[in-house]
Amino acid sequence: MLLKKLPTGWLLFSLPFLFLLVFYCYPLLNIFTYSFSPTDAGTTGTLSKLFTTPTYARILWFTIWQAALSTVITLILAIPGAYVFAKFRFFGKNFLQALMTVPFVLPTVVTAAAFRALLGKGGVVNTTLMSVFDLTLPPINIEQTVTFFLLAHVFYNYTMVLRIVASFWASLDPSLVTAARMLGASPWTAFRKITLPLLLPAIGSAALLVFIFCFTSFGVVLILGGPGYATVEVEIYRQAIQLFNLPMAAALSLIQICFNFLLMWLHAWLSRKSRVTFFSDTPGTAISSQNSSPQKIAISCNIIFMLALLILPLTALVLSSFTGENGFTLGYYKQLFSGETDSLFYVAPISSVLNSIGFALTAMLFSLILGISSATFLASGSKRRSNLWDAFIMLPLATSAVTLGFGYIITLNAPPLNLRDSLIIVPIAHTLVAFPFVVRCVLPGLRQIPSNLREAACMLGAAPLTVWRHIDFPLIKRAILVGAIFAFSISMGEFGASSFLTRPHTPTMPVVIFRFLSQPGNLNYGQAMAMSCILMLVTCSSFWIIGKFSQTQHS
Amino acid sequence: MNPLLQAAGSLVLALALFTANSVQAAESLTVMTHDSFNVSKKLIATFEKENGVTIRFLKSGNAGAALIQAILSKNNPLADIFYGVDNIFLSRALKADIFRPYNSPLLTKISDDLKLDTSNRLLPVDYGDVCLNYDKAWFAKRAIAPPRNLADLIKPEYKGLTVVENPATSSPGVAFLLATIETFGDEGYLQFWKDMRTNDVVVAAGWNDAYFGHFTAASKGDRPIVVSYASSPPAAVYYSETPLEEAPTAAVLTDGSAFRQIEFIGILKGSKNIALAEKFVDFMLSKPLQEDISLKMFVFPSNMEAQLPDVFIKHAKVAQKPAMIAPERIEAMRDNWIDAWTTAVLR
Repeated sequence: MLLKKLPTGWLLFSLPFLFLLVFYCYPLLNIFTYSFSPTDAGTTGTLSKLFTTPTYARILWFTIWQAALSTVITLILAIPGAYVFAKFRFFGKNFLQALMTVPFVLPTVVTAAAFRALLGKGGVVNTTLMSVFDLTLPPINIEQTVTFFLLAHVFYNYTMVLRIVASFWASLDPSLVTAARMLGASPWTAFRKITLPLLLPAIGSAALLVFIFCFTSFGVVLILGGPGYATVEVEIYRQAIQLFNLPMAAALSLIQICFNFLLMWLHAWLSRKSRVTFFSDTPGTAISSQNSSPQKIAISCNIIFMLALLILPLTALVLSSFTGENGFTLGYYKQLFSGETDSLFYVAPISSVLNSIGFALTAMLFSLILGISSATFLASGSKRRSNLWDAFIMLPLATSAVTLGFGYIITLNAPPLNLRDSLIIVPIAHTLVAFPFVVRCVLPGLRQIPSNLREAACMLGAAPLTVWRHIDFPLIKRAILVGAIFAFSISMGEFGASSFLTRPHTPTMPVVIFRFLSQPGNLNYGQAMAMSCILMLVTCSSFWIIGKFSQTQHS
Repeated sequence: MNPLLQAAGSLVLALALFTANSVQAAESLTVMTHDSFNVSKKLIATFEKENGVTIRFLKSGNAGAALIQAILSKNNPLADIFYGVDNIFLSRALKADIFRPYNSPLLTKISDDLKLDTSNRLLPVDYGDVCLNYDKAWFAKRAIAPPRNLADLIKPEYKGLTVVENPATSSPGVAFLLATIETFGDEGYLQFWKDMRTNDVVVAAGWNDAYFGHFTAASKGDRPIVVSYASSPPAAVYYSETPLEEAPTAAVLTDGSAFRQIEFIGILKGSKNIALAEKFVDFMLSKPLQEDISLKMFVFPSNMEAQLPDVFIKHAKVAQKPAMIAPERIEAMRDNWIDAWTTAVLR
């Protein structure tokens, strides 16, 4: 049995492994070698300041605490939402779920605009408060503060925690909790003693993703936090692009990678240690639509919170795309189709929509293939080795985009990997950061499946693929769907790598939005807002369709 | 498996075929440039037709990022031509030794004070003045006089009115810092910035955040003074939703208060098609293209024979005496200046 199992595992892992080797390790190794080789004419910087001044230690410390704080706040706010989504059916659930993924694809500048329109000094909330309470100064003053970017981090990551935890929660067997309640446990005790330990793998997965996301936060901190705050990622960008101090940029990237590697290894180790082996063969039977009144209150509170957090800023965006100098206008949308068509780089908005969707579907497909095969390998391999590989797979998420981008420039522009000018490079870059998401979504569920179930099926003569299709797949279907949605949206919203790698005639939607925002004039601003709304609409309707599709499959 | 995946699969196949089909025509010339580059489709098509060549453009992020990529790929160049080195990065580009000289016949038509590289490896294509812009209506409504120069900004009546870009992350940010260094000198500029801090200056990460996020004339911001370009007022007219008689903003261009940013083009050393590359450089400096770029990139042409478009004639001014600092000095001092600025303003 064991002999038969091991090679299959490695065979499964060979594809993601090769992918990472070629598109991650090879470019990264090259750029590090280049940066640290002192003889090269291009590099001018030194490393001497890294340890002699307290600046860099301070930056690292700031990066760590803001990421930790963002993670804790997001978890506290999102877990009640996950409960509601896992346990109840209510009107508009599918739509709300689709809408909630929208923040994920919005470019930072657009999110910043939305939050300012809402909470800025001249924003809706402040002007209302000022007129109601007759104030002379705006009461809310959070621009360029920690509060502002923590809020944005919650805005971006809330959905991620909610979806990952909810999909796992829905697959837990409710009979244990029911039993505990019958034996006299209070709802809180039942949650603390039974549900929470069972949920830990999913919560851990989600928390890790949020932490790494906030750790490598670039635009959010830069724009909403203001210039007084810098994460390691911001400093790497500054060192590389503005100062051209490549050794320093590389050293900081290495520190970032090592820190996150240790963290991810620790997470992999902990999630195996704390693993609760509990298996339900009747997943997802708990959904109810008849609710008691405390449940109704819980549902309404959560929905109100979601609306406040997500819908208000997004509504502000939609409004500004329809508001011209003289009130309501469709002009910005019309202009999108008739604007500077004589420009060399003019693209009709519809073609950038198609580009984005094409890249996102390709990246989603790649991510699913690589993610599911990695997760299957990780769930079956031996413990210590699997912890290491688990952390390894996550590394692209924790790697500075600038550093890796430069790595691509010096390695992928020559045969045999002459991809710099190829369309495929964009989805490949997106896959690199998207497939770890699929792994994190799928792995907790896969680990819950007792191996004797698979062994029994094998013994009865089923081929490995048949076992997978009939045992694993039905149990992780929901998780795969969530993973696919995130892979899709990461690709839809990605800007950093896209701006480096897309060819000018096939821009993605975020790239087009940035083009508008790079010149003055209210037509440019309006068109950027209109394009952002189209991006939201496209994302939202894709998820709504995926949601509908998966529902019809269920029934 | 499922229909969605099948659809995606066929898409990958289509992409692969598309990539395979896009094998280049007989001759091609690659131009590496930054995000903001733009010209008319027609002009490029004419050049392609006349010379039987396909021009490929490789946009590689902002000006700094694009230049670094050109330097990194020195041993295996990605392109024949690089457009978009400015005078702030000129020395770095020359030091990296990635360009070959070209004495274009059109250099005679270009004003001498724009030619900063005597070896003619980098030839000036266009320029723009980084300067203060203010919201005319805001000042008119409050009957406050708009600022006339940099020193005005630290006066009490302008407290809390200005937004600038962070020189550590933004190119107009560096340019404006250089203007203050030229105006107040190595000894005085830090004191000016400390006073700016006391006067409640807002520092934004980049131009689009400063302009569209904080400037009263462009959004719901609360700052009527922003660091932008001399060409921003005509751009605001050109990209206005409704036709405007007068620009909503104005640029402050008194002596020494603007920094002149010049953009250069150069032929990369590894180019295999030098004759054609030289033709393209001539084309970039020629009158038709020079007259085209003003409205496409909102810059001023370097060719003195080029006519400015109407919207520029009506609404744009250039600085008579802009601040200029020798590229060698910028290269030697830039990091120190930015570090000192960061300590004085942000820490």
